[in-house]
Amino acid sequence: MLTTLVLILLMPLAAFAIQVFLGRFLPRKGDWLSTGAIGVSLALAVVAFVRSISINDPGMREVFSWRWIEVGTFRASMGILFDNLTAVMLMVVGIVSFLVHLFSIGYMHGDARYGRYFGYLGLFSFSMLGLVLCDNLLALYIFWELVGLCSYLLIGHWYEKKSASDAAMKAFITTRIGDVGMLIGIMIIFAKIGSFRYDDVFRAVADGTLSGSLLTAAGIGIFFGAIGKSAQFPLHVWLPDAMEGPTPVSALIHAATMVAAGVYMVGRLFLLFSPDAMLFIAYIGLTTAVIAASIAIVQTDIKKALAYSTISQLGYMICALGVGGYTAGLFHLMTHAYFKALLFLGSGSVIHALSTQEMPEMGGLRKKMPTTFLTFLAATLAISGVPLFSGFFSKDAILASALEFGMERPAHMIIFILLLITAGVTAFYMFRVVFLTFLGKPRDAHKFEHAHESPRVMTIPLVVLAALSIGSGWGGWFQKLNVKPEIAVYQTARMAGEETAPVHATPAAAGLDATGHAAASPAHGAGHDVHRAHQAHTIAMISSIIVAGLGILLAWAFYGRRRFSPQRAMERLRPIHTLLSRKYYFDELYHAALIRPVLGLSRAFRWFDGAVIDGLVNGSGSLTRLTSWIVGVFDNVVIDGMVNGVATAFVAGGRQLRKIQTGKIQNYLLGFAAVALVILVVRLIRGF
Amino acid sequence: MIQLQHYLTIAAFLFCLGLYCVLTRRNAVTILMGIELILNSANLNLIAFSRYTTTAISGQVFALFVIIMAAAEAAIALAIVLNLYKRVNSIDVDEVDMMRG
Repeated sequence: MLTTLVLILLMPLAAFAIQVFLGRFLPRKGDWLSTGAIGVSLALAVVAFVRSISINDPGMREVFSWRWIEVGTFRASMGILFDNLTAVMLMVVGIVSFLVHLFSIGYMHGDARYGRYFGYLGLFSFSMLGLVLCDNLLALYIFWELVGLCSYLLIGHWYEKKSASDAAMKAFITTRIGDVGMLIGIMIIFAKIGSFRYDDVFRAVADGTLSGSLLTAAGIGIFFGAIGKSAQFPLHVWLPDAMEGPTPVSALIHAATMVAAGVYMVGRLFLLFSPDAMLFIAYIGLTTAVIAASIAIVQTDIKKALAYSTISQLGYMICALGVGGYTAGLFHLMTHAYFKALLFLGSGSVIHALSTQEMPEMGGLRKKMPTTFLTFLAATLAISGVPLFSGFFSKDAILASALEFGMERPAHMIIFILLLITAGVTAFYMFRVVFLTFLGKPRDAHKFEHAHESPRVMTIPLVVLAALSIGSGWGGWFQKLNVKPEIAVYQTARMAGEETAPVHATPAAAGLDATGHAAASPAHGAGHDVHRAHQAHTIAMISSIIVAGLGILLAWAFYGRRRFSPQRAMERLRPIHTLLSRKYYFDELYHAALIRPVLGLSRAFRWFDGAVIDGLVNGSGSLTRLTSWIVGVFDNVVIDGMVNGVATAFVAGGRQLRKIQTGKIQNYLLGFAAVALVILVVRLIRGF
Repeated sequence: MIQLQHYLTIAAFLFCLGLYCVLTRRNAVTILMGIELILNSANLNLIAFSRYTTTAISGQVFALFVIIMAAAEAAIALAIVLNLYKRVNSIDVDEVDMMRG
């Protein structure tokens, strides 16, 4: 098993390495290599997935861990964690990545940096697979940043365009802000328990080592990473701009996998989040879902509309996890990955045919591009929550979780109500896209003339994804395998014995009664839970079908039948329309509140640096020069003067003294005699 | 009766003559002669003191040594004068001031 998992991980990495160094020399610039590598990964992922299905145990959990870094007291292990969630994520990443590779062969045909594009796709696949496979927070963070890097590189693939390179930077910097919070959260945990492994973290939560406000702070800190990466309010602004990247990249990274990494992470660390943190998560998700869905209504760019739809759906998943709907949120993550990837690839197919992204220039493409239309329609039905499509089951589960949460705590009933309205809005704006793009009369005759169905290599991925969009929710296998984890599993035997709360001793036992809508609180009786869950489920299902129907009907009335004029509605609701099309002024707000002050501050710092710091440095330089000049003068004048003066004095003295050195013996003798005489006289006078 | 003072007076007179000669003569040989006078005045003093103050004859012996030393000194000094003459073609000591500072 370990070999399989490691191979899954290493195939795309190998492809990336070869592609980067040798891609230029390969035939077809090596697209077959990357595609083949991810294809092998997919095949192995299927093996792993089949294994997970055939074991059919919600508690299935295999950990392969080995020592990695040991420096002094710092210890970090590296490892692979394989459970049912990992298996599902491997499938999602493998399938979408492989199909996007295939699609790209057609879509990116003739691109200037074709080989490099496939190399980056390989690196991304590796990072994303690593992110779902790793068993500790440190590795999670590393892969987290790697996918962010790939996102940056691929958004900026056409970096000659200013808007593309700007968008790449915006995506990178905005997500970095969230990542700082995540790093802080990880460090809080590591500082407290000294380990990065998920198992150790959960054990610490279970036995109370990590608790109270510290636990909440760690949870919210880590969730900040998800806010950045999964484009949640208030850091959602980068994702619509990220649509500057090639459309297959939008499908892979900015719809199906990377942006879902935040959701996956919240699910993976589900036990870490305290009730307060969960509430925070739920409301962040809710805000995101509502705001983004409302903006999506007025977008005219097909990719932008889909981008806001993605943000909204991610908010949906986050909110589901926040209200305790573990299974529902992750279920929606999977189904959404398939149908949103399909929507993006479908839009890519349309853009490829028309060379425009503006929906007002499209229309009537149904006859020209039948495969694209049918698959796009399947995905739209799925995202709208039409019964029997995969999105119906997952969205329904989310609404049921929210309703259950609301029934338990009526103060938070608003979550369910707003999510329900958002579901209707989703159906509305998605059908608006379908009507504007594929139905009605062509609005740009010239472009319409040149439109054609995309080649096989692009339509086959669409068909496969359409099948998954329809069928992946059937049979309840997901709910059976992925049940809400219970903290009791991580309690030591002694602690579990003391525990008086009922009986969710193992996930398997919990799975039996939860049927996909695991109880929001294990403190309640199991039977009561089942009853409530059932009731919630029924209400949620009926109401979600009704709002979806209403949304579709309204879209048909506006854009299909043209009973109401969108123009007139726009005139009537001018202020609201402006607010929405300006995206609630988030970009302007951030520009005024954050970017401008930061720029101003940096300008001030630059001035300070130039005037004060440089002044100090230059000033001390000048001062030193002045001092040394003075010292030099002192040295030359005083010290040298003294030295020379002594010499001069001796020279002058010597010049005088040499005069008595006559060289005549008699002079000396005379002196000698005179002195002798003087001594004699002195002696005589003073007496001997 | 000849007393010690007479000898000393004579010796002092001789010493002054010798000194005067040494200080005033410009001929090197004459200077040497003045030196002989000084030495002999010293000898006279030695012998006189020895004769009048003690029974020992150490003064007389000392005088003999001085005479011997004077002979040796004269020999060396004349040799120097000869060399000097060879060198500057004169024995006038005023001419010889090579050591002037």
